Amino acid sequence: MNLSNLALGLCCILLLAGASRVSASDDAQREMAKRLEACTPCHGAAGKGTDDPYFPRLAGKPAGYLYNQLLAFRSGRRKYPPMNYLLHFLPDTYLRQIAEHYASQSPPLPAPDPSDVSAAILAEGEKLALAGDAERGLPACVSCHGAFLTGQKPGIPGLLGLRASYISAQLGGWRYGTRTANAPDCMQVVAGNLSEDDVRALSAWLASRPAPANRDPEPEGTFELPLTCGSQVMEGHQ
Amino acid sequence: MRSSFKLLSASWLAAMAAFGLSSQNEARSEERLASVIEKGEYLARAGDCVACHTSPEGKLFAGGLAMPTPFGTLYTSNITPDVETGIGSWTSDDFYRTMHEGRFPDGGLIYPAMPFASYTKVSREDSDAIFAYLRTIAPVTQHNREHDLDFPYNNRSLILGWRTLFFEQGNFKPDQSKSDEWNRGAYLVEGLGHCGMCHTPINALGGNSEADAFKGGLIPMQNWYAPSLTSNKEAGLGDWSIEDITDLLQKGISHRGAVYGPMADVVYNSLQYLNDADTRAMAVYLKSIAQDSPKPATSRLPHAESSLLLSLGKSVYDRECAVCHGANGQGEPPHYPPLAGNQSIQMDSAVNAIRMVLNGGFPPGTFGNPMPYGMPPFSITLSDDEVAAVVSYIRTSWGNSGAPISAAEANRLRSAPLQ
Ligand code: HEC
Ligand code: HEC
Ligand code: HEC
Ligand code: HEC
Ligand code: HEC
Repeated sequence: MNLSNLALGLCCILLLAGASRVSASDDAQREMAKRLEACTPCHGAAGKGTDDPYFPRLAGKPAGYLYNQLLAFRSGRRKYPPMNYLLHFLPDTYLRQIAEHYASQSPPLPAPDPSDVSAAILAEGEKLALAGDAERGLPACVSCHGAFLTGQKPGIPGLLGLRASYISAQLGGWRYGTRTANAPDCMQVVAGNLSEDDVRALSAWLASRPAPANRDPEPEGTFELPLTCGSQVMEGHQ
Repeated sequence: MRSSFKLLSASWLAAMAAFGLSSQNEARSEERLASVIEKGEYLARAGDCVACHTSPEGKLFAGGLAMPTPFGTLYTSNITPDVETGIGSWTSDDFYRTMHEGRFPDGGLIYPAMPFASYTKVSREDSDAIFAYLRTIAPVTQHNREHDLDFPYNNRSLILGWRTLFFEQGNFKPDQSKSDEWNRGAYLVEGLGHCGMCHTPINALGGNSEADAFKGGLIPMQNWYAPSLTSNKEAGLGDWSIEDITDLLQKGISHRGAVYGPMADVVYNSLQYLNDADTRAMAVYLKSIAQDSPKPATSRLPHAESSLLLSLGKSVYDRECAVCHGANGQGEPPHYPPLAGNQSIQMDSAVNAIRMVLNGGFPPGTFGNPMPYGMPPFSITLSDDEVAAVVSYIRTSWGNSGAPISAAEANRLRSAPLQ
């Protein structure tokens, strides 16, 4: 292992420690929210999302996942110019603190999307998400994103509370190579296996799901992943 | 591990004893080299080599960063000590020639996007220290990417014309009538700091032929205005306290204003690393070069239109901005800069204030301000009329003497590139 891997590993251990610690004092939370007013127009108070379907919810996602995204936006690897711009001159430590802040928020999930797609399409989406398609070598979404689709620490996000158009844009991003994750990029393998119709069905079904009682991401290592994910195998701690 | 370490050190001790004096000398010269390297690293920070010679997620100093210019795209060079693809075979003479003369070792001309027009003032000793430091960087094998310049700019001989007009090779000449501190500041600002690259109307990224298009220090391709440092009407620091200036340079925030856009880059990658003495020296120098004083501006819009604009502006301000910048523009310094009396929003060019409102921003995260407070972008929530109104309002209220702007000016900047 080289030094930078070691550093990466260490930081992720810190992240985990941070996320599981009793949440910081109210004052510190409030001050952090004030610092991050710049994010509120798009991500909503406490990162709960807004009415704009394309702006994703941040609250309650695993800190490791959020940190990976912030790094990717800062370097421009994941692109959304208004956000790339805001993050450009923020150091790693601060990005880590920002990730922890949103990971520790738990505002209620928005009401599920009223969907205008047919029951047949929703059923197709449900089948792919829960069971995958062995013939095509497509693993079920739940096999990584968790039985309740609430994600798995440290790097796999939950898929609930996102709107259909956002989900389909992200899957499209992986299919066309405009979104990448740390190698090996398992989501790219998954998305590369999906057709346009699959993407539509999955996005519609996921966006229609109600919130489960417990929205916390599952602890790390709760279940085996069908593929290796660079976002998840954070060097330095297995 | 442990025992082999002991063994090693035992034999090292024996060797020391055997060679006595000579190894003592060696140790001393190694120490000297180490301190030269350390100094070189510091000076490379002052010169901000990293901002251009390292690409995002790329290896340190391996180059490859795209620099868009009005004439096409330049790609920065690999300056790691890799022999084949970097500058591993260069001598310190070669390196000094690049810094001082803007030429490759074979005499070829370097594009002025590499700020040699400023670096020419860097002393030979400092150049050698930077070179010594660069030799200690991990070598990276990565070929330089061909520049992608439009005809006729892809012909390097055109650089000759630019050089005759704008390049004066020379050493820094201290002003004997000024203090050592002032001279140190001048040396850093005019030389390694290459502040003039952005803060002068004719700027090296653009070169000469289209210079008229960038009058007044508008940085080409980026659409940011780099204000004059010698005029108190713009970013001149004549009436700032030394402490506010050093805060601005080192932390990126101060009681008078915060840095943003390309200036946030400079603070983030370079200025925050400078020691207190050098920062103060720069502040003393910058304060001294600011001349004249603000004059009242004259409105460019007909009166009726501007009074309507201003009343809309006030309602937008009270609704969207007052929480942070205060009902009377007093701000909540240092985290929320004051807008009342803030020169940077009253300049003739309103580009920066418009872009702040459209894009928002964070001051850079620095040692002195590791968790900065941010400003939200308003490009989504405010219309062109509202942006024009609120910018006109802050430029003309609380004693500010800027001129109102039009919705068309606001609209034009919506498509400005976000780096
Ligand atoms: C102008 C609107 C806007 C602002 C302001 C903004 N974001 Fe975003 N953010 C987005 C959009 C849109 C995406 C999804 C982009 C994409 O991948 O297409 C996103 C994605 C993200 C993601 C990844 C979410 C996920 O589930 O993958 C994170 C984390 C994030 N933003 C954090 C922030 C933080 C922190 C700030 C404030 C510093 C911020 N954003 C400010 C619009 C914004
Ligand atoms: C092999 C494990 C794995 C499987 C199977 C998998 N995912 Fe993922 N998914 C991930 C990882 C890891 C990430 C985080 C990638 C990153 O770091 O950006 C992710 C991220 C996502 C995101 C981005 C969420 C956001 O907030 O931006 C979406 C959407 C997504 N997955 C949808 C799906 C769907 C739909 C399926 C089923 C077809 C699926 N995933 C199956 C591992 C998996
Ligand atoms: C504003 C951007 C910028 C900054 C700052 C900058 N450089 Fe450069 N540098 C360039 C560009 C662009 C080139 C390529 C020029 C060309 O091909 O003509 C270059 C070329 C070079 C070369 C020639 C290498 C080769 O073989 O092509 C050296 C050496 C060099 N820079 C060293 C430095 C050092 C040392 C610093 C800091 C003290 C520095 N540069 C700061 C943009 C920059
Ligand atoms: C890459 C271009 C660039 C370089 C190099 C640069 N500046 Fe700036 N500078 C700007 C821009 C653009 C602004 C306007 C934005 C702002 O006020 O922060 C600015 C603003 C400033 C301000 C005014 C800040 C305020 O709040 O009023 C000062 C002072 C300043 N620069 C000093 C320097 C010094 C000293 C250097 C050299 C060490 C330097 N700049 C190098 C682009 C640059
Ligand atoms: C959530 C707090 C917040 C709100 C709301 C806000 N700002 Fe700001 N503003 C800031 C911060 C923080 C900075 C420093 C940003 C930087 O340096 O990048 C800033 C900087 C500025 C600047 C540059 C001043 C300078 O010299 O540093 C201008 C102009 C400005 N804001 C105008 C506005 C206007 C107009 C509005 C309302 C439309 C507004 N702001 C709303 C926090 C805020």
